Amino acid sequence: MYTQSLFIPFSTIVIKEVSRFTRIWVQTILPPAISMTLYFVIFGSLIGPRIGTMNGFDYIDYIAPGIIMMSVINNAYANVVSSFFGAKFQRHIEEMLVAPIPVFVILAGYITGGIVRGFLVGTVVTIVALFFTDLHLYSFPITIAVVLMTSIVFSLGGLINAIFAKKFDDISIIPTFVLTPLIYLGGVFYSIDMLPEFWQKVSVFNPILYMVNAFRYGMLGESDISITHAFIMLIIFTITLLIVCLQLLNKGIGIKT
Amino acid sequence: MSALEIKNLKKTYRNKLDALKGINLNVQQGDFFALLGPNGAGKSTTIGIICGLVNKTSGSIKVFGHDLDTATNAAKACIGIVPQEINFSQFETCLGIVLNQGGYYGIKRSIAMERAEKYLGKLGLWERRNEYSRNLSGGMKRRLMIARALIHEPKMLILDEPTAGVDVELRRSMWDFLIDINQQGITIVLTTHYLEEAESLCKNIAIIDKGDIIEDTSMKNLLSKLNKETFVFDLVDPIESLPELNGYQGRLKDPSTIEVEIERKNNINDLFNIFSKHGINVCSMRNKSNRLEELFLDLLNNNKTH
Ligand SMILES: Nc1ncnc2c1ncn2[C@@H]1O[C@H](COP(=O)(O)OP(=O)(O)O)[C@@H](O)[C@H]1O
Ligand SMILES: [Mg+2]
Repeated sequence: MYTQSLFIPFSTIVIKEVSRFTRIWVQTILPPAISMTLYFVIFGSLIGPRIGTMNGFDYIDYIAPGIIMMSVINNAYANVVSSFFGAKFQRHIEEMLVAPIPVFVILAGYITGGIVRGFLVGTVVTIVALFFTDLHLYSFPITIAVVLMTSIVFSLGGLINAIFAKKFDDISIIPTFVLTPLIYLGGVFYSIDMLPEFWQKVSVFNPILYMVNAFRYGMLGESDISITHAFIMLIIFTITLLIVCLQLLNKGIGIKT
Repeated sequence: MSALEIKNLKKTYRNKLDALKGINLNVQQGDFFALLGPNGAGKSTTIGIICGLVNKTSGSIKVFGHDLDTATNAAKACIGIVPQEINFSQFETCLGIVLNQGGYYGIKRSIAMERAEKYLGKLGLWERRNEYSRNLSGGMKRRLMIARALIHEPKMLILDEPTAGVDVELRRSMWDFLIDINQQGITIVLTTHYLEEAESLCKNIAIIDKGDIIEDTSMKNLLSKLNKETFVFDLVDPIESLPELNGYQGRLKDPSTIEVEIERKNNINDLFNIFSKHGINVCSMRNKSNRLEELFLDLLNNNKTH
């Protein structure tokens, strides 16, 4: 039986992933910091006071968790989709494919890269938020768990996008036409209780609703959806996408001929 | 145990193209083996399947006894691969590329560093280790891929057209490097469409054309075959048996056709004298076409256009 350390290849991928996005921090970390600052200025400080309170919280406090979540989602996704597609495009993905690395280690490496970027950008945006308001923290474990699972889900999503992408256009289509609308409609800026009943029912199919609400629960102790329900949904998304990704990588879809 | 054992390997691409039609190959440990064939013959497809980049349609491959399907990682650990096309990140340094590859093979950083120094040094790249790979010349990029392929000190090194587009001087130094590591016991398999390259380096050779292995022999044997030509003589009057032809290898195909193998250096007039002496009258003669010969003509044409 051939055995080798799985930790060395795993950490090699993670270090490579993290140094990739930190090296190009102007493209990866600065933009969310700036755009989220703008959200806080415009929706929090300028418009927020006119809106008043939402579910008993100042509007800026109500949207802060959603805005942090939005940056976690975007960045976890962006990290894996661009890195994995870049590796396919420049063909250095072959460096991993020829090596004796089990597929799940490659997958774990890329997910971890996405998690690290999600956490890092989430932290930066949280620090930005602290300039505008005093953030609440209802439950630290819940916030961390939600950020972790959300990063995993969207890293996996980014990976699937990259696996099927054939050209650069393909890696911006999904974020623009699917991810962004889902985020905006996922209760970042409003409580779904405000929606007409029909749209409330439709919103239930939006995975981001669960993440934003679970995270808001972690920070404010308030959520449109029961926290247990939200976690069950998160676990289902994570496991489903994990299985899909492992299958795709095992078959070599999009990466082998 | 063979270093590489390929059995009935087939590959049909999605566009229904039969790139490999059931090839068999056997490479012994320590061999320096050439897979020679014109463009599109199926060389890169074969290499791609061996190192896990191309899914095969059917057949089996064993690398140092490890079945590629059931002991994939053990098999992969034995192989170092230098692909035909550049496939490293343009945004990494030379050293980074080699060290990361070491990491993928589970090599500790400190050991990988020692080896990187050794192989980048031998290949004349150590001074440029901190440069981005995109700034290297074509020849250096190829040498970087060789260093990368050796970082886990594989038992077998596979190179897919390593000297295509490399200038003559560099080609020589690359050959010397390969001969050197082969002498240290590493099995080498290279693909090429230059007969000269196979001739100067390899002990054994297989020739692949349109997805079929059409010759699999020692280099020596192949060269002697290529130095012989078979001529076909049609006779005016049929004969019953072929007389002794003074050392020429002849066969009576039918009563009015003789085939004779003639070495390129021989004088064909002698043969006619022998025929005359035995009262054999030739009415026409031609050379028998030979698939190997045709393939070589093909290869030569290929060389001219490159
Ligand atoms: N990804 C692919 N899809 C379809 N056909 C391919 C692909 N790769 C190679 N081929 C075809 O398979 C045949 C063998 O190609 P290849 O193995 O690259 O030959 P060689 O390396 O000997 O030049 C060629 O006809 C080529 O066009
Ligand atoms: Mg080729």
